[in-house]
This record gives sequence, C-alpha cells and structure tokens, in this order.
Amino acid sequence: MAEVIWGLATSHVPSIGAAMDRGKTQDPYWKPLFDGYAPAREWMARHTPDVAVVVYNDHANALDLSATPTFAIGTAPSYPVADEGWGSRPVPAVTGAPEFSDHLVESLIDASFDLTVYQELDVDHGLTVPLSVYCPDPGDRWPCAVVPLLVNVIQYPQPTAARCLALGHALGEAIRGYPGDLKVAVFGTGGMSHQLAGARAGLINQDFDRMFLDAIEHAPEKLASLTREEYIREAGSEGIELVMWLIMRGALGPRIRRVHETYHVPASNTAAGMVLFENLRT
Amino acid sequence: MTGTTPKVPGTYVFDAAESRRGRALNRLCGSLKDPGNRARFTADEAAYCDAYGLTAQQRDAVLRRDWNRMMELGGSIFYVFKLAVLDGKSMQYLGGVFTGMTTEEFTEALRAGGRSFG
Repeated sequence: MAEVIWGLATSHVPSIGAAMDRGKTQDPYWKPLFDGYAPAREWMARHTPDVAVVVYNDHANALDLSATPTFAIGTAPSYPVADEGWGSRPVPAVTGAPEFSDHLVESLIDASFDLTVYQELDVDHGLTVPLSVYCPDPGDRWPCAVVPLLVNVIQYPQPTAARCLALGHALGEAIRGYPGDLKVAVFGTGGMSHQLAGARAGLINQDFDRMFLDAIEHAPEKLASLTREEYIREAGSEGIELVMWLIMRGALGPRIRRVHETYHVPASNTAAGMVLFENLRT
Repeated sequence: MTGTTPKVPGTYVFDAAESRRGRALNRLCGSLKDPGNRARFTADEAAYCDAYGLTAQQRDAVLRRDWNRMMELGGSIFYVFKLAVLDGKSMQYLGGVFTGMTTEEFTEALRAGGRSFG
C-alpha cells in the first residue's frame, strides 16, 4: 500500500530558483535563506519518495485566464519546464506518474472533489522552485516522479481554506488507498505573506506568518477557519497562496513530527518560509 | 469588482469581473512569454495593442508604461509583469512604482523586514 512519508511546505518565489540557477546562494542576500534550508535538505535526501504530489499554482504560463480551474491535477507521463518569458529554468523535465494520477483522479472525484484533469501541462516556477528547494542538484533527473496539483489562487474567489484542508484529507485517503507500494511526499507551496501590487505592495506580516508556521502543525483547523478576506488582509493579495499549505497538511495523518523549519525576510518581495514534517505511522 | 468581493484598502482583489475587464490587456501581456510575440510587439507596439483589441485606455497605459493604470484597468500582476520583464524591469521596480518609492528604497524596505500595515 502507498503511504505518505513526509510533507514539505515552502515558498515558491521565482528568485529563489534564479539564485540557485545563477550560483548566487552564497551571496550575502541569499545565504541566510539557503543556510536555513540545509538541515531539511539533508533529511529529505535520506528519505527519497517514489512520487511527490506538488500542490502549486500557475502564474500566467500554462493557464491564461481563458479558463480558471479551481482545482486541477496532471495525468501526463512528463511535464515540460515552462518558458515564462525569460527562458526555461535549467532544470530537468519533470517525470509524471500517470497511473498513480489516474488513481488520485478517480478517488478524489469519488470523494466529491471534481478536479479538472490536465494531460498536457508545462510546469512553471510554482512547481520547479519547490523541487529545487527539496533537491538543489538533481543532475539529469529529479529524484522522484511528480503529480502536479493546481489550485486557483490568483482569481477571486479562490477555494476556501477549509475546502483546501478537506481536499488534503481526501488526498491523503486517496494516496493510502493506492494498491501499489509507493512512498509519497506531499508539497504545499506558495506564501508566506506578500503583496506584489497596489499601495500595500511590499507588505510583510511576520506576526501572521509566525502564527501560521506554528498552527500548521497542531491547529490546521484554526487556519482553515480563516476567510479569504482575512488571508488577503493579513497575508496580502498573494499571501493567500498559503491555503495551499493546508492541502499538504491535510494529506498527513494526525501524528506528525516537525523535522525542520526556517523563516527569512525577504526573498524578493516575499517572506520565505519552509517547514518539513515527517508523517508518523498511526 | 463585483459587490461581494472583499474590499481591502491598498489592494487589488482580482476577481472574475476584473478579469473580464482586463481580458484583452492580460491576453496581450501573457502573449509576451513567447519570443516571436515579443519581437512583434517590439516592432510595432501600437499595432500589437490594436491586434489584441485593447481599449483606448489600456492601449494608452501600455504605450506609456503606466503600470498603476494597467492595474486599475483590470491587469493581473502576473500578466503585467511579463511586459515589465520585456523592458528589463524587476518586481522591485514595480513595487517602487506602486508605492511611490525608488527601486532602491523599495528593496531596502523589504530588506528591513517588509512594509507593515497595522
């Protein structure tokens, strides 16, 4: 039977990927962030999954506002790395897990989560930066296959935080119901507080972020009870991406162990957070 | 914005109504992820705007690079940003424009912990 072995929540700021791609991780601006990642990376390198379900959002690359699926999932054998307008990141193409994806689609639709299904999808920084946070030097191929799970966070109304946590619960059930012997990691990406436009551009709310980093472990229901408006007010118009962390959290069981956490301001215009949980057997 | 969309001061809440209003502008900006489209845009910006059916206001905002106006006319920051990148501008530059700061002042505000709003 498949099992969820760990869950990683991390910001997916494009400049974090660019810093790695351009060899700037030891620059004074970036060193504190990457030093903060190191213990988590070492632990994850010793616990390689077969498949990672990466919960993320596209940023005007594969999706174009002609359609806005609230939740979507990839079922492709591979996912090209998107050219976002400044050349593709120099990272390997992403290998899919189509049979596992098919199982997740059926299980989640049976659980009343009616996802849109993509059999072709270019993946942008929202997915590839978290993979690089996990594995900075993949060589020719990433250490695991990937199932992309997309969430609309850029056009209001986004799914509620409560719905995201519930989807996470259903995702965990779906993974555990897979008959194959798979070790699965779940990534929740985006955040933390940031706002790119408007008079509040540059917003960072460290108090909110610290509260979120703490509650995601023991009180995800508290985070699920916050409204969209509260996320936008407190974490900024782009900080609402944090609802995607709740999908990861929901997929883990009740018994988890916090392996590592780091928080750093800024990564470009964003508060960068990361927290890694080991999923303990119940 | 529709009546039920939250109104948050100093914040664009990009909803379906804004997306409809900004459709042509966002389509144009999104098209710039393609190198061929970037070359066509650069060769004749006004004609490119006309081909994408921008309103007169949107067209004017694009040609003048009036970033605040683009946002007020239904622009989504992730789309508008692709035009900024074509011009060699960063998200910190845009942040400065949106807040009345220089790029350096805006970047420094982030390095100092970000901008705080009660």
